Amino acid sequence: MNAARRNWLLSDAPQTRRQARLGALYQGWLTFRANKLAMFGLIVLIVLIAMAALAPWLSPQSPFAQDLANRLQPPSAAHWLGTDHLGRDILSRLIHGSRITLFIVGTVALIAPVIGLFIGTVAGFAGGWVDQVLMRITDIFLAFPKLILALAFVAALGASITNAVLALALTAWPPYARLARAETLTIRNADYIAAARLQGAGPLRLLVRHIWPLCVSSLIVRVALDMAGIILSAAGLGFLGLGAQPPMPEWGAMISDGRTYILDFWWVAAMPGIAIFIVSMAFNLLGDGLRDVLDPKGAKS
Amino acid sequence: MLTVEHLNVWFGHPPARVDAVKDAGFTVAPGESFGLVGESGSGKSTILRAIAGLIDTWSGRIEVAGQPVAARRRDRAFYKTVQMVFQDPYASLHPRHSVDAVLSEALRLQGMDDIDRRIARLLDDVGLGRGFRFRYPHQLSGGQRQRVAIARALAAEPRLLLLDEPTSALDVSVQAEILNLLSDLRAEHGLTYVMVSHDLAVVGHMCDRLAVMQQGRIVEVMTVEDLRRGAARQDYTRQLIAASAGYQRA
Amino acid sequence: MTLLSVRNLRVTFPTRQGTFEAVRGVSFDLGRERLGVVGESGSGKSMTGRSILGLVRPPGLVTADRMQLEGQSILNLPERKMRKIRGRRISMVMQDPKFSLNPVMSIGDQIVEAYRLHAGGARAAARQKALDMLAAVQIRDPERVMQAYPHEVSGGMGQRIMIAMMLAPDPEILIADEPTSALDVSVRTEVLNIMDRLVRDRGMGLIFISHDLNLVAQFCDRVLIMYAGRIVETLAARDLHQARHPYTRGLLNSLPRLDAPQDRLPVLQRQDSWRDGDPIAESLETEFPGGL
Repeated sequence: MNAARRNWLLSDAPQTRRQARLGALYQGWLTFRANKLAMFGLIVLIVLIAMAALAPWLSPQSPFAQDLANRLQPPSAAHWLGTDHLGRDILSRLIHGSRITLFIVGTVALIAPVIGLFIGTVAGFAGGWVDQVLMRITDIFLAFPKLILALAFVAALGASITNAVLALALTAWPPYARLARAETLTIRNADYIAAARLQGAGPLRLLVRHIWPLCVSSLIVRVALDMAGIILSAAGLGFLGLGAQPPMPEWGAMISDGRTYILDFWWVAAMPGIAIFIVSMAFNLLGDGLRDVLDPKGAKS
Repeated sequence: MLTVEHLNVWFGHPPARVDAVKDAGFTVAPGESFGLVGESGSGKSTILRAIAGLIDTWSGRIEVAGQPVAARRRDRAFYKTVQMVFQDPYASLHPRHSVDAVLSEALRLQGMDDIDRRIARLLDDVGLGRGFRFRYPHQLSGGQRQRVAIARALAAEPRLLLLDEPTSALDVSVQAEILNLLSDLRAEHGLTYVMVSHDLAVVGHMCDRLAVMQQGRIVEVMTVEDLRRGAARQDYTRQLIAASAGYQRA
Repeated sequence: MTLLSVRNLRVTFPTRQGTFEAVRGVSFDLGRERLGVVGESGSGKSMTGRSILGLVRPPGLVTADRMQLEGQSILNLPERKMRKIRGRRISMVMQDPKFSLNPVMSIGDQIVEAYRLHAGGARAAARQKALDMLAAVQIRDPERVMQAYPHEVSGGMGQRIMIAMMLAPDPEILIADEPTSALDVSVRTEVLNIMDRLVRDRGMGLIFISHDLNLVAQFCDRVLIMYAGRIVETLAARDLHQARHPYTRGLLNSLPRLDAPQDRLPVLQRQDSWRDGDPIAESLETEFPGGL
C-alpha cells in the first residue's frame, strides 16, 4: 500500500463518510494484524473456507467411495491420512466434512447471538417485569447442561444435522442474553442515551441505533471464542449419533466410527480429532484478536 | 420561560428512599441566564434532569414557556423548546457515532429538512467548521466534543438550554472558549440558560441570577451583583464564596 | 537539601504515527518544599509524576540523564527494588480514592497491610500506627472507620484515608496527582490543611500536580508550568500572578473572576514556539524556604 493511501486512511480529519468508515476499518485491521496468533487463526479459517468451497476439486477421492479391500490402511502415498473401516479415504472425508462444520458453525453463529442480543437488550432496556420474565426464562435454559438440553431437543425433533444445529442454537443463546443485558444496563444510563432521549428518540430507535451497535462488538468476540465449544458440541452430537447421519462425513461422527479401532488403527479417530482441534483453536485465536479490535475496554492504551 | 414550584425529586422506594430535591422553587425570565450552585450531592443536577424529563419520580409543578410539563412522557414540542448539554463530553457522545450521525439523527428526529445545509450551519455556529463533520468522538479533543454536544442541543432550535456543568471536565483555556461560545450563542439566538456549576466564578461570569443549593434545598436566590459585592444573606453561601476564593493556609 | 533530582526526563510512547513524546526533557530539583506542577491535560504533568515512581507501563519508555533520590539513582529500577522505594520512600495520592482503594477489604486492613509491607513489624503495632494516621488526617472516629469498607465512606473521607495510607510508612516524598479535584471545596480545604501540616511537621517533599493555578499559587512554595511535555516556566508560587511566559499568562487570564467581571474571556492563542523555546526561570538553583 502506498504512503498516500495509508495517510488517507489513517487521517484524523476524514472529509467524507466513506473515508471515515474505511479509516475505522483500516485502524481495526492494523490492530488485528499486530496480533500474530490471531492472524494465524484467521489464515486457518480462510483455508478452511477455501477447502469447503473447493471440496469436490480438492479431495482426491469421493468421500463415500468404499473400498473394502483397502480398509483401515495407515497413512500412505495413496491415502495421505489413511482409510477408515469401509476403506474410504479419510482426507477426502475430512475435506468434505469441512462443509458440514462450516454449516453448523455458521448457522449457530447466526441464530444464537441474534436471539441473545434481542432478549438481553430488551430485558436490560425495558427493566421491570419484562426483565424479570425474560431473565427467568434465560435462567431456566442456563440451568440445564448445554449438551444434555441439546440431546433432549434432538431426541424430540429427530436425529438429523439440521435439528442438531437448531438444538445447538437454541441452547447457546442464554449466555449471550446475559452478556447483552449486562452491557445494556451500563449503557442505558449513559449521557449519550439521555441526550438521544432529549432529541425525542423512542425506545425502539434507542435500542436499535444506540444500544445494539455497542453490544454487537462484545457479542462477536464472545461468539468467536465460543465457536470452539460449538464445534465440539456438534462433534459430540455427531459422536453420539444424534447429529449428522451416516454416511455423511461429519467430523464428530467420524471419530465415533473410529473409536472401535482406536488402539490398533489410531488414525481413523485421530485425524478428524486433529481437524477439530485445529479449527477450534483457530476460532479461539481469532476471538482473541477480535477482542483487541472490538472490545473498547481491552483496546485502550 | 421556566417556572419551578414545590419541586420534590426522590430516588428509590421507602425505606431506602432518598430525597434528592426538597421543595425547590425558582423562575427564570425569557432571555435570562440562571445559575444553580452547590456542592456535589446538593441536588442541582437532579433539578436539571427533572426539568428535562430524564427523571420520572418528582412532584410539584414545572412550567416551560407557560405550559405545565407532563410528569412522564414529554412530547416533541417540549424537546423543541428545551435541550440540555451534559457535564462530561467524553460520556455524552455515542462512541460509535460520527459527528455527522449525531447531528443528522438529531435533525431528523426534530423533523427538519435540508439536513446537509443545517449540519454545515450548526458546525459553523459552534466554531468547528465543516471539516469535522465525519470525525468520530475519539478523533476529537474534549473541547471539540463539547462543541459537538452543544451543536446537537442547538439542532432542535430550542429556546431554553439546560447546561449541566458544561466546562467542569475541560481545561481552563478550553473552558474560556466554551463559555465565550455559550455567551455568543445566547446573544445570537436569544436563548435562556439554566446553568449548573460548582464553580462560583463560572456562574458569576455567565449568569444574571443564581440559586444556592444545600442538601436538596435552595437556601438562597440572589443576583450576581450581590454575589460580587459579597452581599450573601446565608452563612452557607458565605462559606462557599470563601472556599472558592482559594486556599488560605490554616 | 535536595531530595529528588531529575535531569532531562523523557517519556515516549510508540504509536502508529511514530513515537509520541509525553514528557520532553523535564529537569527539576525537589527539596523539603511544596512543589506545584501545573499544566493542562496532555501537558505531561501526570506522566512526570508516574515516571518518578516507575509507574509508566510498557510500551512507554522512560529515559533521563539523571533521576536521583537523595543521590541514589532510581531510574528504571527493576520492579522488585522499585517496590521498596514506592510507598516507603516515595508515596503517591491519586485523584479519585474510589479507584485506589480495594473495595473488598476493610479500610483498617488496607492501611495495616500497606504499612507492614513497607515497615514490617507486628500486627498490633501496625494497627496502632494506622489508628494514629487516621487521627492525623482528622478522622474523628478512627476505630469505626477502620472497620468500614471503601463504599461506606464519602469521597473526602476516602481521600483522607488514602493520604493516611500513603503517609503511614513516613515517606520522604509525597506525589499528589490532582488530590482534591474530585472533592468539594469545603472538604478540599481540610485535605489541603492535612497535607500542608504533614509537609511542615515531617519535612516531607511534596509534588503537587494540579490544573488549578489559583490553588497552586496559594498552596505551594514553587511552581513548574508545563506545556506539551516541557517545563516552560519556573517561579515562586507567590509570584505566579506576575508570570512572564505567555502561556502562563494566558492560562491565568482565561479564568473567569468574581472580582473582575468581563464580557468575554481572553482565549489562549497557542504558539508553536512554546513547544521548544527556552524555559523561563527565576534561577535554576532552587531556593528552598528555610522556615518550613
